[in-house]
Parts: sequence; C-alpha cells; structure tokens
Amino acid sequence: MNQAKRKNKKSKSVYAPGPDQGALESHTLAIIVKNEPGVLARVIGLFTGRGYNIDSLTVAETDHEEGMSRITIVSSGTPEVIEQIKESLRQLVPVKRVRDLTTFGPHIERELALIKVASTGERRIESLRLADVFRARPVDSTLESFVFELTGTTEKVDAFIDLMKPLGLVDVSRTGVAAISRGATTHDEITD
Amino acid sequence: MSTKEAKTEAPKTAPAETKKLTGAEMVIKALIEQGVEVIFGYPGGAVLPIYDEIFKNQDKIKHVLVRQEGGALHAAEGYARSTGKVGCALVTSGPGATNAVTGLTDALLDSIPVVCITGQVPTFLIGTDAFQEADTTGITRPCTKHNYLVKDADDIAETVHEAFHVARSGRPGPVVIDIPKDVQFAKGEYHEAKKLEQQFYQPKTQPDMAAIEAAVELMASAKQPVFYTGGGVINAGPEASKLLRELVKETGFPITSTLMGLGAYPAANKEWLGMLGMHGTFEANWAMHDCDVMINIGARFDDRVTGRTDKFSPNSTKVHVDIDASSINKNIHVDIPIVADATEALRAMLDVWKKRKYKADEAALKKWWDQIEKWRAKNCLAYKSDSKIIKPQYALERLRYFTEKDARDTYITTEVGQHQMWAAQFLGFNEPNRWMTSGGLGTMGYGLPAAIGAQMAHPDALVVDVAGEASILMNIQEMSTAVQYRTPVKIFILNNQWMGMVRQWQELLHGERYSESYTESLPDFVKLAEAYGGIGLRAETPDELDGVIEEMLKTDRVTIVDICVDQKENCFPMIPSGKAHNEMILSPDADQFDKSLV
Repeated sequence: MNQAKRKNKKSKSVYAPGPDQGALESHTLAIIVKNEPGVLARVIGLFTGRGYNIDSLTVAETDHEEGMSRITIVSSGTPEVIEQIKESLRQLVPVKRVRDLTTFGPHIERELALIKVASTGERRIESLRLADVFRARPVDSTLESFVFELTGTTEKVDAFIDLMKPLGLVDVSRTGVAAISRGATTHDEITD
Repeated sequence: MSTKEAKTEAPKTAPAETKKLTGAEMVIKALIEQGVEVIFGYPGGAVLPIYDEIFKNQDKIKHVLVRQEGGALHAAEGYARSTGKVGCALVTSGPGATNAVTGLTDALLDSIPVVCITGQVPTFLIGTDAFQEADTTGITRPCTKHNYLVKDADDIAETVHEAFHVARSGRPGPVVIDIPKDVQFAKGEYHEAKKLEQQFYQPKTQPDMAAIEAAVELMASAKQPVFYTGGGVINAGPEASKLLRELVKETGFPITSTLMGLGAYPAANKEWLGMLGMHGTFEANWAMHDCDVMINIGARFDDRVTGRTDKFSPNSTKVHVDIDASSINKNIHVDIPIVADATEALRAMLDVWKKRKYKADEAALKKWWDQIEKWRAKNCLAYKSDSKIIKPQYALERLRYFTEKDARDTYITTEVGQHQMWAAQFLGFNEPNRWMTSGGLGTMGYGLPAAIGAQMAHPDALVVDVAGEASILMNIQEMSTAVQYRTPVKIFILNNQWMGMVRQWQELLHGERYSESYTESLPDFVKLAEAYGGIGLRAETPDELDGVIEEMLKTDRVTIVDICVDQKENCFPMIPSGKAHNEMILSPDADQFDKSLV
C-alpha cells in the first residue's frame, strides 16, 4: 500500500525516507476472537489504520457456547510487516489467538463460489461440461442459465471463472478463503 | 441521601438478598470500588442519571467540572501520570464524546491509563440521528485501547471493572464506556470486581529468563554501552525507577531517556546524559550513535528519537524491553527482544548481574566515558545570554533554581512546542511522575488541564505549566476550572508571540516564509488572569524575572506569568529531518549554522 507514493517522496518531507520495501509474502492468518459487537470493525480498523493489506477475509461464529468467532485473513506484506500484523492483532483485547497458517506449514485453504452463467446452445452445454471437470455442481438452472457451486482453492476458482467468461458469465459471489491446519493439532501450543 | 445509603449498604448486611440497582447507581458504585476519588467531567442530557448519582455521592467521589470535555481528558491524564492511578472522565453523548477524542488519542499514544464514560442516546434511538447522537464506539475505536457499548444494565458493573483492568494492565491506555441513557435508568444486578478479574485479558509481564541472561551477558562484555529508557519505566511504577537507578549504579553505564521517560533516572547524577532525540543533547545522541550495546527499557524507537532509521546506531547490538510485543521490531530491528513489564525485567537483570558476579569492563568503560566527556564539553545547550531581552532558556534556568529551592514537591506540565523542548532540556527531573507532557500526539493545550489534574492529586505540591502563548490559548478556558477548585497552578508562559516551533521550521525548511505562525492581537495575559479571578504577573526584562518567579511561588492562587522572551530564539541542538544522530545542528547562532544540513 502506498509504496509508489513513498518512493517518489523526495527529501522535502520532514520525515526520513521510508524503509526499502522487500519482497511481499502472502500469509493466511486465523484469528480467534471473542464474538462481541464491533470486534470485526476493530480487526479491520487495525489493518486500514496501519496500512496493512487484506487480500481475503472470511468471518463466522465457530463456537456458539463460548461465543467465539474465527476470522480468516489473507494478507500480504514483507516478513517484518507480517510479524507486526500478528503482534498488533494480539494486542487487541477481544483477540484470543492468532495463528499464522502459512508459517505452520501444511494447511488447507478453500473458497466457496457461486457462479452464474447465462447462455444457450453449444455454449450452455460447454459450460456444463467444464463444470463437470471442475466438480462444480449446478444448484440452479433455467433454460438459459446455470448457477454453479464450486469449492476449491483460490486458484481453482479463478481458473473456473476465467473459463466461464466466454461462455456467458454474468455474476460471481465468492466467500473468500477459509483455512485450517492439517493433522491432529491446532498449533495453539506453538508460538510463532 | 440517607435512603440512598441504606440502599448501597444493604448487600453487605444481607448478601443473600441482592437488591437491584439502577445503571447509574452501579456506575458510581463500581467507580468507588475501583478506588476513583476524583472524576473530571461535563454534564449533558445523556449522562444526567449518572450526574444525579454524583450529586448523591459527593462525599465519596469528587467531581471536577471542566470547561470543555477535552480538558477533562487531559486533566484525567495529568492525574493519572502524577499518581500512577487510572484517571477518570465523564462526558455526555455527541459533542461531549467528540470533544474527548483528542484527549483519548493523546492518552493512547503516551500510554496513559484513563477510563472515559460517555453518555449515549437511549438504545431505541441509536442509529436514528437522534439529538446529540454520535457513533461513539465507532469514532473512538482507533483512538482507545478498548471500548464498550453497554446495552444491558446487568453488564454495567462488569464492564466498568473490566475497563479499569484493561486501562491499567499491560501497556496502559484509554478505555471508553458508552452507556445509553435508558440503560442508566434500567435496573440490574451489581457484580463485585474481585470475582471477575481472572476472566479479563492477562498480558504477559514476566520476562523470558533466557533472554534476560543473554542481555546481561552482553552488558557485561560491552565496551561502549548506553541505557536508553522511556515512558515504560514511569508507567511500570516507582519501583522500576528504583531498580533502574540500582542497575545504572551497578554497571556504571551512561543513561539517556526519551521525553516521556524523564525523571526515571535523576538528572543530577553523573551517568545522566540528558534527553536524546531531535532536540536531545549532543552527548546523548552521539552515545546512541556510537554505542556497541544499547539497552532500551520501555521506549519505542519513535521517529523523533531515531532520526533516520537506516543510519540509526549502526554498530550496536540492541536489547529491547517492552510490555507491548507489537512495539518490538516495529521501527528498528533489535537483537534481544524481551516482552515484559519494566519492573520485572529490571529486577531480573539486576538479579542475574549480581548472582553471576558480573563486572563491567572498567578499562573500556573509562575510555567510553572519556569520549562522552569530550562530547559533553561541547556544552550543546549553551545559548547567548542577553542583558536586555529575556532568553527563554534563561527564564527556565531561573525557574529551576527557584523551584529546587522550594520545599514543595514540584510537578511540571507543558504545552507543545519550543517551550516544551526547552523545559525538557533545562528543568532537571530527579523523580518519576513529576513531568507531564504530550509526547506522542503533541497536543497543544494539554498542559493547563493536566496541571489541574496533577494539582487535584497533590494539593500541597507546586504545579507549574510551562506554556507558550499560542498553546495556552487552546485550553485557556480551564483557568476558570482552576480558580473554581482553588488548584493554584502556575502558568509560566514563554511569550514570543510566535508559534515558535512552527516559525523555527519555516525558517529552516521553508525559506523563511512565515506563513500564519505569528499571532496578532494576543490577549493581555495579566488582565486575562485577573478576569478569571487569578493573579497575573509579567516580566519584560531579565532584571524583573527573579522577582516575578518569587512572587509566583509565594501566592497560593492560580497565576499566569507572562514572560516576554526573545522572539527569534530557536531550539537547539536539533537533528534535521532525515538525518542521523551524528548530524546535529548545534549552533544557536542563526547566521552561523550550516543550512545545507537541513
């Protein structure tokens, strides 16, 4: 964010030049929060207030009895910025745990997408054929349209959407990434 | 009033029968349970039920009526900073809350524990653009450590207790509790604090011993060490300052401090290098630049301290003790991070140092001190004295002379600008909690209300607000508060008719185009003081100065002292923007200094 601006700033500024930006990394964070009013705004506000990126965001209550929600954020930044994001999140009062699934290693990321394709004739048949290849299910159909339900990685969803474009793609709704670590552990005992 | 007492006493005598209280009653009861003695505030429609309870509990809780809500927050900050307790403010909905925002942000940046209760329109009117409605929790979310909107009277007591816990634990900060008016009227069940505290968030305070051991080992082998301490030492409590003094004594290392940390280590001791940073001393900044081991305790590598970050202390191994893990590696990469309370970390460091019988490298340290003495010999705070015009530095030197002679404990607050930096440079602080200034946010208008807050907490102490004529006008209305509550604060205005720091930067950075930094039509501060019912004094020449200061210290009334100082004086030393610690401008002589540095 604002990287171009920062570089162009010549020394008229009263502040020192900003640090050189290193390579950006994408990290998937699972943030377990107390489900209280304003908690999402607080987490998002931290990202906007400090100029961090959000590439994807999903949130839902995961433990109704304890009143806990899980926010999954895919963010990109230099390794230092990613560390800052995690530590800043941990300072928020309603944040109980922050897990960086990317540094933990093996984990699964999935997105759900609902994709509406409106076409007739050969294009309509082709869209259904491709949906079959991608294991996308038609969940609604009329004589001139399909709504496909597709789960998969972000890349898979992107690829399917690209293929649907010439076949009459009219609307896309996707959830953003939900992610969880592989294996028996939740990695809570590991501090990253 | 007697019926009210019977009501609050009831649960104690008959615990089985839990009597329901109104929301407003519970707010006050919880505040009293939290040990609040003074609350700074301003009434309005949406907090009237709470004000009603304040009326009924005047014997237990003292309310100070400020003249603008911003003043209430700064007064609470001054109270908190000078006592180590949580400051408390009470304001109404809408404009009351929005006026409080500056004070909340100020407390957030300087890590001051403050709880601010705001009234809110009734729950059924929230979101309807009701009269004096503002989205208080939305507005204050980024400028508080945490905030609450209480929608159920049963939650009030718990929320107040948790708010105080959050405000004072870990890295302290401001907390807002927004209470709709109908919730203040509704009845609910009171909960005591004791049963709740374990459920609240518990930040880490104990240091990792392996890191402490590594840090102490590094200190023992250091050739050119320096302690760099900050507001975290003050926030950790007086014990931290005591341990810091002991650690400096044991090691013999030089020590410098940020603006916020002044007083944790006595300015009178020889290890003291003075403040560091943009207007810090030559010796402190050079010691930071050339050191081989830097021990940062409770400071956060602020941009006003580091100067250019890629040239900041290039050859040192850095230890950083901070209670806030997100402060570590934020601006400067450190080698040994220690997340802990300053008291605990200092205690652990001292223990390890003594137990392992470490000794500082005497020979190396002597060489280091010889070098530091050479820097010191530059006498970087020197200024040209003048027999006709009062130099601001001279005025502060005289103030220091007389306050040190004074038997009372002295508390200094400041506004923001040149006078603030001069006060930091020229008034020596020997004890923690005696210096209150807006460091992080740089809020003009902070000093007077903060002084009132400090004086409220320490009625017998001498409280001086070192001010500029521009800053003081930002919250001048609090004169009225000071007079009403007979808090005899002394407002020491270094009056140069300019926004001095703005003018200084325009001179150095903007080709001497003094855009809007000169104030015409200033009030006559002597008459202004008298209009408010205080005392006004003025010094126009150096000869008059001592008499005026003595007069100021003698009176037990609110006093404004108008010191007419040199209009052209600039604040030095100065690290220009984007420069490193070893690129300071020293010369106070405007004709002489090298403008190519800027």
